[in-house]
Amino acid sequence: MDFSLSPEQNEIRELALKFARNEMLPRAQEYDEAGTFPREIFQKAWELGLINTCIPSAFGGSDFSSVDSVIISEALAYGCMGMNTSFMANDLALLPIVIGGSEAQKKTFLTPFTKEFRIASFCLTEPGNGSDAGGIRTQIKDGGDHWLLTGEKMWITNAGYADLFVVYGTIDPTLKHKGISALVVDPKSPGVELGKKEDKMGHRSSDTRAVRFNSVRVPKENMLGNPGDGWGIAMSTLDHSRPLVASSALGGAQRALDLSVQYSKERTQFGVPIAKHQAIQFMIAEMGMKVEAARLLIYKAAWLCDQGIRNTEIASYAKAFASDSCMQITTDAVQIYGGYGYSKEYPVEKLMRDAKLIQIYEGTSQIQRLVMARELLK
Amino acid sequence: MNIFVCVKQVPDTETKITPTGDGSFIETASIKWIMNPYDEFAVEQALLVKQLNPAATVTVLRVGSVKDTEALRTAMAMGADDAALVEAADNLDSYSIAKALKGAIQKTGKSPDLILAGKQAIDDDALQVPQILAQMLNLPSVSVIVGFELSGSALKVRREVEGGALEVYELATPCVLACNKGLNTPRYASLPGIMKAKKKPMAQYSLADVGVSESDRRVKYSQFKLPPEKPPGKKFDATDAGKQRELVSQVVGLLRTEAKII
Ligand SMILES: Cc1cc2nc3c(=O)[nH]c(=O)nc-3n(C[C@H](O)[C@H](O)[C@H](O)COP(=O)(O)OP(=O)(O)OC[C@H]3O[C@@H](n4cnc5c(N)ncnc54)[C@H](O)[C@@H]3O)c2cc1C
Repeated sequence: MDFSLSPEQNEIRELALKFARNEMLPRAQEYDEAGTFPREIFQKAWELGLINTCIPSAFGGSDFSSVDSVIISEALAYGCMGMNTSFMANDLALLPIVIGGSEAQKKTFLTPFTKEFRIASFCLTEPGNGSDAGGIRTQIKDGGDHWLLTGEKMWITNAGYADLFVVYGTIDPTLKHKGISALVVDPKSPGVELGKKEDKMGHRSSDTRAVRFNSVRVPKENMLGNPGDGWGIAMSTLDHSRPLVASSALGGAQRALDLSVQYSKERTQFGVPIAKHQAIQFMIAEMGMKVEAARLLIYKAAWLCDQGIRNTEIASYAKAFASDSCMQITTDAVQIYGGYGYSKEYPVEKLMRDAKLIQIYEGTSQIQRLVMARELLK
Repeated sequence: MNIFVCVKQVPDTETKITPTGDGSFIETASIKWIMNPYDEFAVEQALLVKQLNPAATVTVLRVGSVKDTEALRTAMAMGADDAALVEAADNLDSYSIAKALKGAIQKTGKSPDLILAGKQAIDDDALQVPQILAQMLNLPSVSVIVGFELSGSALKVRREVEGGALEVYELATPCVLACNKGLNTPRYASLPGIMKAKKKPMAQYSLADVGVSESDRRVKYSQFKLPPEKPPGKKFDATDAGKQRELVSQVVGLLRTEAKII
């Protein structure tokens, strides 16, 4: 057993962290406050090769392993969890194509993302179907030489800026999971209607909207796999992407820990730095323990993915543990900062707001526990 | 055009320095090494020249321990073509380092057109190596440069002097230039760059290979120790108006005798 990163992984980590510290951290607060989409930062990260880590080299990508991608995601989230949500959404949208696309589809849809800076959205959730994604209603009808797409999606990250959508719909709702199918859709197609940008509690720099599809014509060759393959593709995508999302929580948690260590040594109360008070020490110890445990779970979930071993159970452990820990750790960071922690002048309140979302998207912490229990009890 | 860039690997700026038990050097086991920040400006300048002269080659040189080759790998990931490492203890003196760099340049068999370095290394802050190297190679040198214009072999460089004034030098290549912050914005090493760097050649020499021996040492470190801890500041209670005059003269007196700043 070997817990060390390879020299290249160390360099990748250094680069991503340097980028996070220099380009993201200094602007995180301001972008969050104003809800500015971080387009230039996104593009700069793309230029350095930090985005679209899932694309294989055969289509112009860098052949990153899943472990490489969680290392990058953790580092970028250290800079800003909100911006990283936008960055990760690209991978989330491209993964179904990597997993379920034909060679021709991969060439058509993935290669442009390596040639120029492009943005993508993954459209699964609907107003009436979130956790119960198997119940989605968006209709895919056979229109002869094309598909006709009709329905509404909700909470779609990057929707306002996307150059490509991957949309899940059903060819027949009575078939339940077996009817779900995935289409690659051009967001500029007639009939695509974007909702307003959601005014969110956190991750305010990432763009989140509803998207309505009004009888949108989609070329026949844009379906990933066959009609009915969509559910399998979506589930496999989540097995790949949960470690990634978990690592975003980890990056935020690590930042909260670092800030807490620093602040507790600087702030003096009762004549000593607050770090000398055991109650503060215990909170910091707890943070360190959870950060380290989350990292190990995430690395394992990603490593299993790289080995081609089914990781559903471990990926759910990683996602739920990392995001729940991030919530606890960022809440304690605000506690350690006291009144200053509650102010927007200091960085920890944003971390606490950002942490909350990671317990919700990509399967809530409750849904992760359902997955775990199903795996354990089967 | 043959461009050489001298880079040093220094402890990360956030490192907590601890002298070794016997005081002969500092503990290096847990240090995270980075490329000396001023050297990044030198690497960037070399790459900018290469962009305009695609036939130019950029070779990075480093004298130091082999345990980590972070600085050389970073420079190659940024775009340098190849590298040479002279294996040496990390506490070598400036004269020996300059002599080793000269030897390493000669080993490549290429005659240098431009040698770039950072103006100083942030670990020992000696500000000597580029000048000693220039002297050894009998080349002109300018240090602390913040501006660089090359046309043909004619070079115009700007350097900052005290008080914010600028000096402009015109000189011809080959020469040695020591770079300062403000010269350019160093690029990041991209991920594809990092992958490519793995395949780039890195020559490795011993000090003997490049003609440096213990007798070249001009400076020996006798002891490393941390500066004494600062005593806590003194507080004076000036709430009693009647005593303020007396307090002021007391404080001024201490600034003279203890702090010795007036
Ligand atoms: C900012 C943001 C960005 C997002 N980005 C995307 C995106 O890019 N693409 C996309 O497709 N989706 C996206 N989502 C949607 C996200 O994945 C869903 O919000 C999430 O899956 C939860 O669904 P829901 O909001 O409908 O909540 P619900 O499913 O209604 O859940 C409400 C509550 O009930 C609980 N619950 C539900 N079912 C059960 C059960 N069986 N047992 C126990 N508890 C249960 C949940 O855990 C939750 O606490 C995003 C959401 C947000 C907020």
